[in-house]
Amino acid sequence: MAQRGIREYDAKRILAKHIKRLSKGTLRYRGRVVLVTPGMSIEAAAKKKHWVKTEKLTVKPDQLFGKRGKHGLLLVNATYDEAKNWIDEKMNSTVEVGKVRGKLTHFLVQPYVELDKEYYLAFAGHQEGDYIHFSAEGGVDIEANWDMVTNVNVPIDASIEDVDLTPILDGVSNDDRAAFRDLITALFRFYRRLQFGFLEFNPFTHKNGEFFPVDTVARLDDTAHFLCHEDWKDVEFPAPFGRELRPDEQYIADLDEKSGSSLKLTVLNPKGRVWTMVAGGGASVIYADTVVDLGFGDELATYGEYSGNPTTEETYDYAKTLFDLMIREKVEGRKVFIIGGGIANFTDVAMTFDGIIQALDDYAEQIKEHNIKIFIRRGGPNYKAGLAKIREAGKRLDLDMEVHGPDMHMTKVVSIALKNLEGGR
Amino acid sequence: MTKPDYVLFDKDATAIIFGNQQAAVQRMLHFDYLAGRDKPSVAAIVNPSGGRKGLMKVFYGKEEILLPTYNKLRAAVKNHPDADVVINFASFRSAYDVSVEALNYPTIKTVAIIAEGIPERQTRQLIALRKKLGKWIIGPATVGGFVAGGFKIGNAGGALSNLLMSKLYRPGSVGFVSKSGGMLNEMANMIALNSDGVYEGIAIGGDKYPGSSLVEHLQRYEANPEIKMMVVLGEVGGDDEYEIVDAIRDGRLKKPLIAWVTGTCAKVFPSEVQFGHAGAMARGEAETADAKNAALKEAGAHVPDSYNDFDKLIRKVYEDLKAKGNIEETEEVTPREIPVDYDPGTMRRTTNIISTISDDRGDELIYAGIPISEVIRDGYSVGDVISLLWFKKRLPKYVTEFLELALMVTADHGPCVSGAHNAIVTAMAGKDITASVAAGVLTIGPRFGGAIDGAATYFKDAFKRGLAPKQFVDEMKAKNINIPGIGHRVKSVHNPDMRVNLLEEWAFANLPKHKLLDFALEVEKITTAKKNNLILNVDGCIGIVFVDIMHSTGIYTEDEIDDIIDSGTLNGLFVLGRTIGMIGHFLDQKRLHSGLYRHPWDEVLYMLPSETEVLEYSETRKKR
Repeated sequence: MAQRGIREYDAKRILAKHIKRLSKGTLRYRGRVVLVTPGMSIEAAAKKKHWVKTEKLTVKPDQLFGKRGKHGLLLVNATYDEAKNWIDEKMNSTVEVGKVRGKLTHFLVQPYVELDKEYYLAFAGHQEGDYIHFSAEGGVDIEANWDMVTNVNVPIDASIEDVDLTPILDGVSNDDRAAFRDLITALFRFYRRLQFGFLEFNPFTHKNGEFFPVDTVARLDDTAHFLCHEDWKDVEFPAPFGRELRPDEQYIADLDEKSGSSLKLTVLNPKGRVWTMVAGGGASVIYADTVVDLGFGDELATYGEYSGNPTTEETYDYAKTLFDLMIREKVEGRKVFIIGGGIANFTDVAMTFDGIIQALDDYAEQIKEHNIKIFIRRGGPNYKAGLAKIREAGKRLDLDMEVHGPDMHMTKVVSIALKNLEGGR
Repeated sequence: MTKPDYVLFDKDATAIIFGNQQAAVQRMLHFDYLAGRDKPSVAAIVNPSGGRKGLMKVFYGKEEILLPTYNKLRAAVKNHPDADVVINFASFRSAYDVSVEALNYPTIKTVAIIAEGIPERQTRQLIALRKKLGKWIIGPATVGGFVAGGFKIGNAGGALSNLLMSKLYRPGSVGFVSKSGGMLNEMANMIALNSDGVYEGIAIGGDKYPGSSLVEHLQRYEANPEIKMMVVLGEVGGDDEYEIVDAIRDGRLKKPLIAWVTGTCAKVFPSEVQFGHAGAMARGEAETADAKNAALKEAGAHVPDSYNDFDKLIRKVYEDLKAKGNIEETEEVTPREIPVDYDPGTMRRTTNIISTISDDRGDELIYAGIPISEVIRDGYSVGDVISLLWFKKRLPKYVTEFLELALMVTADHGPCVSGAHNAIVTAMAGKDITASVAAGVLTIGPRFGGAIDGAATYFKDAFKRGLAPKQFVDEMKAKNINIPGIGHRVKSVHNPDMRVNLLEEWAFANLPKHKLLDFALEVEKITTAKKNNLILNVDGCIGIVFVDIMHSTGIYTEDEIDDIIDSGTLNGLFVLGRTIGMIGHFLDQKRLHSGLYRHPWDEVLYMLPSETEVLEYSETRKKR
């Protein structure tokens, strides 16, 4: 699908597995990390990794958000008992990070390292190549101190060995330069070979050939799974913090996984009055945009799409999930349900609409009970048959429904629908 | 005849299609025909998993034509040096390798990549390669695009009805480019409704790193004198749209440009939401749709307040250009007509075959009106299923019981009878189950197993004509016909056939009337008096009892019963029953790993004519 964040734990685990080979033995990283989760306690982890009980520890949530120190979510130089108490206290608690609220469920535990010198290193892909960002003054809010970072570009078709790293090593003492050149070269190879889109160590330190990354942020290109699944080994792509999937979203995600078509669902506001079921990745965004642009963003219940010619059965499951969500909350006045889409390239409108009609059959009574008005606009292969069928179903089931074809502007149906909401603005 | 650099495709362009995409090829040819192209736009197809060379059959207008198919891209490129486009339908796993190969052929100028989910690093390498070679990539993760009235990539433009609705068969004045492939048709239609239509429409694909960028296509449109105005549909995420801003600012883009960047909704979403496209995710304020729309507007592009007003703005810019005389009104052309495909929903035609016993078209298989689920749940027996498929009725239980009884007694008769023997010999020759069983079944006929029909026919006829058993026997003797169903090679009065006894017992116990069997037993008395082994045999007994059953059901008239017998139903029972045994013999030989059978010489009487006899009338004789 795209670049997706992975846990710091996974990034370090994968690094430990590959760095010896990729650095040709010049760089050592022991990968001493443990992930404490609701299913894996620190006691259980300590049985396998004895350093957990013998060394001083660093503990922090590992859920794809940064600035943990600033939010009081970082424990350093702690004994095992301190760490255990800290995790027990925080596990399953809800915290607010930035604008997002979420539950703490995953904690990274690693040995505490005394840092006498902190460095910054990041690799980031762009179209023509990959940037190496390096600073000998790490451990600071790097975005606020970006002028201390030096950058080198490695063109996409060049290898790291062909690139002169001298400019970025200015801040490193003469004695350490050769070692840092090797370190950056090895980590860059790791970044490239394992198909990362972004990899950052801030801060890290380096002592006697051993690498100590303190904080690590990593994004993998998940489309490279077919190339790298053995090297990544069971890597997890967690939902962003505060965006753990609801059961309905999970259901659609599972459906999507099994299907050759694309089925996506994000619930934004279950009490919203504007519901959409839009075909196509491009059109679905435009429908949501239009709802927002017309001032109903806070009423938008879901974002989602179905595309790539899903079967009648898949479309039925998707529509059913939406209806099920739609009738869970009673609201004042009416709700609108917009079944939208552009003019499809090859999705068969009649066949997908058969699935929607089956769902209408199942939910007709509740749709009426919840005073839901349905607005339809769609074009593409077999659209005439599809629109005729759903119009007929609307009549048969006595539903409040408007049906439009491609002769009407794609999002005009949104403005018509929104006029039907009481208290509309 | 070199094309200007700004032209990727024109009316003469031809493409090689990588992937066995019959539907997409057909859609391209529909378009070609509508647009009045001289020749189809598909030069060849590469089907990498499709054996060796071949041909693909497609419609071009009314005609069916054959397009050459290869299993290697190299061969297609070599044999079609005029084709300068490769449309790459390879999956995300192999799209990279195929694209690299295609880009490296000197005759290929443009590669369209359809697959979604190609690793970003591979796409970035492809972009570097195509730039180095001075070539074009459209995609990945796109449906492609089209030059109205000229050329279209694969499925772009959608169904035939859409090609007509959006007037893609003839050029308009608007150059259009979007990220989204799914929005291509929608935009072409919107542009057709609000201007003279699209000249060229390209969807560069929703990936983070598209093979060619929005601004690169806009610069081609800027250079093309046929294009008078440009429409661009951008997307939240990435900084492509800022390249457009720069190009407007430094004068590389001068033609009127109407732009909209989608994803304005992202601001109300909590946390980060990945939209349908891989590239659609804002990282930082500048990548938001609002920031990009504002920047485009400030640079001088026409930007609506919302997508909802996009159409009106396009119309306004078009009308302004027309008023200024920049766009001339051209006469509408009528596209060539394409015959409609046969559609069973709206058209009728005479059928070739009638089926009255089963139907596989619905949700469930139906045997003579009974859904297969009911057959299973209501406990139909094998006899019941035979009665459904052979007689289209669920016959009473005693009838289906008899059918099963007949199957059981005829299932096998040892390895020496001719059918089983042939099946065994064929199996020993190493042939498969179908050949071996067929060899056995093909032996069934008037002398082997086929007497069931004959017995039923002759006995029934004699009884109907009121002949006494003696009269019947005499009549058959006068005609010099052995009575079918009478006589056995081995069995006799003293050595009765147990199978016949069982069938007779069954008939006496289950049938209230069994007139034909009674008649046959009288006939048997006469024949066995003449010769010991002229007994009623198993074939005869089955045929005769079956006629008694047909009568006893009261369902069938005399004529209908005759039809049932004439059509071979009774021999069918023997074929079906004996097939069980023949399959058994085949499996038996396989288990035993039997080798080839050869008949021993000493079991054959060799009796050849002498050479003199043979050559008596030939010229050779004279020479000798």
